[in-house]
Amino acid sequence: MRTFIGIDLGSTTTKAVMLDESGAVLGRGITNSRSNYDLAASIAKAEVHTSARFELLGRELRASVGVEGVEKILPRLQSELRRQQNLAHLSVLAEVCIEECANPRVARIRGELQRRVAGMVEQMTREEANPNPLKLLKPGEKTSEFFRDRAASAYSSLAEQNADADVTFDDLMSIFDKAIIRVENTKHDEGFAELIGLASERVSARLEPAVAAQCRAAVERACAVELIDGGVIGTGYGRQRLPFAKENIRSEILCHGLGAHQQFPGTRTVLDIGGQDTKAIQVDANGIVTSFQMNDRCAAGCGRYLGYIADEMSVGVHELGPLAMKSERNVKISSTCTVFAGAELRDRLSNGQRREDILAGLHRAIILRAMSLLARSGGVHDEFTFTGGVANNPAAVLALRRLVQENYGERQLNISPGSIYTGALGAALFCMRAAESRAAA
Amino acid sequence: MTTVEKEPSMVKQKEMIAEHFDRLAAAGEHGKKVVYTFVPGNLTELLLSFDVLPVYPEINALQSAMRKRAGDFISEAERVGHSEDVCTYVKCDIGMKRKGNIGPTGQPLPKPDLLLLSYTGCFTFLKWFELLREEYDCPVVLLHTPYQAEGKVTGSMRDYMVEQLKSQVIPALEQLTGKPYDEDRLRTLLALSARAEDDMVHVLESAKHRPSPIDAYFGGVYYIGPMFTAFRGTEGAVDYYQTLRAEVDARVRAGEGPITPEGPMGPEKYRLVVEGPPNWTNFREFWQMFSDEGAVVVASTYTKVGGVYDFGFRHDPRDPLGTLADYCMGCYTNRSLPQRVSMLESYVKDYQADGVLVNSVKSCNSFSAGQLVMLREVEQRTGIAGGFIETDLVDARYFSAANVKNRIESYLQMIEQKRGKGPGATPAGAKEATP
Repeated sequence: MRTFIGIDLGSTTTKAVMLDESGAVLGRGITNSRSNYDLAASIAKAEVHTSARFELLGRELRASVGVEGVEKILPRLQSELRRQQNLAHLSVLAEVCIEECANPRVARIRGELQRRVAGMVEQMTREEANPNPLKLLKPGEKTSEFFRDRAASAYSSLAEQNADADVTFDDLMSIFDKAIIRVENTKHDEGFAELIGLASERVSARLEPAVAAQCRAAVERACAVELIDGGVIGTGYGRQRLPFAKENIRSEILCHGLGAHQQFPGTRTVLDIGGQDTKAIQVDANGIVTSFQMNDRCAAGCGRYLGYIADEMSVGVHELGPLAMKSERNVKISSTCTVFAGAELRDRLSNGQRREDILAGLHRAIILRAMSLLARSGGVHDEFTFTGGVANNPAAVLALRRLVQENYGERQLNISPGSIYTGALGAALFCMRAAESRAAA
Repeated sequence: MTTVEKEPSMVKQKEMIAEHFDRLAAAGEHGKKVVYTFVPGNLTELLLSFDVLPVYPEINALQSAMRKRAGDFISEAERVGHSEDVCTYVKCDIGMKRKGNIGPTGQPLPKPDLLLLSYTGCFTFLKWFELLREEYDCPVVLLHTPYQAEGKVTGSMRDYMVEQLKSQVIPALEQLTGKPYDEDRLRTLLALSARAEDDMVHVLESAKHRPSPIDAYFGGVYYIGPMFTAFRGTEGAVDYYQTLRAEVDARVRAGEGPITPEGPMGPEKYRLVVEGPPNWTNFREFWQMFSDEGAVVVASTYTKVGGVYDFGFRHDPRDPLGTLADYCMGCYTNRSLPQRVSMLESYVKDYQADGVLVNSVKSCNSFSAGQLVMLREVEQRTGIAGGFIETDLVDARYFSAANVKNRIESYLQMIEQKRGKGPGATPAGAKEATP
C-alpha cells in the first residue's frame, strides 16, 4: 500500500498524518517538538506508522471479530502497546537518572539521592507494569499522552513523598529535569511488530481461545501489509530545519488551508492558533488560499501565552479552558502581552478576583487579537474552521463563538476533533498530489 | 558572504556619491552653503543653480541602516526622549547628529545653513525639520505642496506653488548665497534632468521584458539613487543613466535576469509589484528571500517617491518654476489613495505581474495608512493574489527574519497554487477517515 505523510513541525508539538492511496487518513502521530526537530520529526513519523498499523489492525479485526469485538480488543491493544513503550522509556530513564546522580553538583548527597531516585523510578515502572485500576481517569478528565508529561507528573508526586531536609524536592526534581531531556532525545528502536507481539500476547491471554486466535491472526495480517513510502512533505515553524528537499516543504498557511478544506469542504475562513503564531486564512471552494494574515514579531496571544499563564497559575495548560468555563463574571484583561498579562493576573488575584473569571478574560483577550487578524485577512465567512492546539480549549472556542457572532453574525463554526492535525493533513494531501502529478507527467 | 558583483554603473554611482560627500566635508573650507532637504519633492536643480550643496537626511538614515549603525543612532535619539513610535528615519538622523554627524562615507557632515522643507505627503517632515531647527539653530523655508486629495493638480494649486517658489524659496536662497536667481542656468539643469529621466524610465520599463533584466525594487533603489538625490540636473547623472541603460539593454538582448548581491538571479518564477518602502537594516537578506525563490519585482511604488516619471512627466526647461511645481505635486506620497490604487493596477497589468505585495512599514504612517484597503481594491480589479508583510525602515528591532521569510514563502506558494500549476491546484479527492 502506497502511503503519503505530512509532518507539521510546530513550536510546541510535531504532528504527522499518513494517507493511504485513496486519500483516507490511515494514521496520526504526535510528539512534543523538544529542541530537536530532526528527532521530533522521526518520532512523529514512528508514531504515525504505529497509528496506521492500528488502523489496519482495526480493519482486520472488523472483518474477523466484528465491530463489537473491535471495540473490546483494539483499545486494550493500544493501551498495552503504549504501556510497553512507556516501560521501555522508563528503563532508559532509570539508567539516565543514575548517571545524573554522578554529577559533582550533587556529590554531597550522592548515595542517598541515588537510592531515592532509583526507588522512585522503580516504583513508577512497577505502577506502569501493573496499573492500579483505582487510578483510572474519571470520564471527561484530560491527560497528556506524552511520556514526558506522564513521567513528570508521576515523578513529581513521588518526589514530594520522598523529599526531606537531607534530600530536598528540588534535588530530586533537578535529576529528573536533566534526565528527561536525555530520554526524550534518545531514539527508541522498538518497532511496532515487536511491541504489538508482546501486547497481543497479554491481551489475548484474557480472551476466549477462539477470539484470541483471531486477534493474533489479525495482528499478523496487519503487520504483514507493506506500507510503501510514497513521500513526505514537511510544514510548520521548523520546516526549514527538516532534512527535506525544498520541493518537499510547504508553508503551513497553505497546509492549514487545504487541511481545513479537507476536514470541512465548505470552509472559507480558517483560524489557526498555534504555539507561537496565529494565522487567519481565507480559502476558495478548492481549499486554495486567497489571502492570509499572521501575527508579526510578537507571539503574544498565541498558544505559548496560555502555557505561560498555566505556569503562573501552577496548573496544566489543558486545565485552563475548563477552569475558565466556570467563570461567572466578565473580567476585561487589557494586555495580551505575555509578560504584562502575568503581572495583571497577579494583580487581579491579589485584588480578590476569581481566577476562573480572570482566565475567561485572558481567553477573550487572545481571541480579540485573532479577531484583528481575521478582519485584516478579509473577515469571517461561512463556513469558519478553527484549527490548531488552541481549538481544543473550550474557553477559547466560547470566546471566539461570541466575538464572531457579535462582529459577523451567524457563522457555522467547525472544529474537527483532529484539529491539531490540520496542518499535517494538508501537507500529506500536498504530498499525495505531488505524487499524482509526478505520475501523470 | 559572496563578493558583490559590481557593474560599471554601480562603480560610477559609488564614485559620484564619494565625490559629493568629499564636497560636503570640504564645504566649510570652500565657503559652500549647505541646504538640508527631503527626497520627495526635492528642488535639486534650483539648489544647484545657486551652487549650494544638498544633504538628504533620509538617505543618510537608510545608509546608516545598511552600514548597521542605525541601532546606535536610534538608541541615542530614544535616550533624549523620542518615543519608540516616532519615524525611525527621524530618530536615526537625530541620533547620527548627536553622535558627531558622521555621514555614510565616514566623513563629517556640515551643518545646514538652511532647511528647505518641501512638504509632499509626509506629515512627519514638518516635525522632523522643526526638530532639526532646534538641533542646528538654523532657518527653515517651507514649500507647502498641496496634496492631490481630489486626484488631480489644478491650475490654482500650480499657481500657489509657483508663487511660493517666487516669494519664499528663491528669496531665501538668494539671501543665503548672495547670488541672484539665474533662470537660464536653471533651464540648462532642467534640460539635463529630462535627458537622464528618459533613460531612467527606459531602465524601469525594461522590467516589462520576460525575464525582467532588473529588479525594480531592490535593484530599483540603486537605479533611482542619482535621480532622487544630489545629481538630478548634472552631467554626471546623464552619464550614469546612459551607462545603466546600455547595461540593461545588453541584459535584455542576452535574455538575462537581474544581478543581485549574491550574483545573477536564477530563473524568473514570480513577477511581483511591491508597494511600500524596503527594509534597510536587513536589505541584502530581505532581497535574498525573494531572489532565492525566483521572485523578481517588476514594478514598485517606492521607486516613485522622489518623482513619478513613468506616466509621462519630465522636467520641462521651458517652464522652470511651473515644472518644479508639477514635479513636487506629482510625487508618489503626494498622491491620493485612489491614484495610488490606479498606479498599482496599471503596474500589475502593464508588467504582467503575478502578484502585488505590500511591505507595510511599522514607523511610516504616511505610507502605511490605507495600504490594506488599497491591496483589496487592486486584488479585486486585477484578480491577482495580494500579499502583506511587515517590517521597518531602519529599526532592526522590527525585522523578524523568520516571520518575514515565512510570509514571503507562503505568499509565493499561494501564487503558485492560484496559478493552477502547483501541486495544490488539483481539487481534493481524498476523504477523511478516523484511525
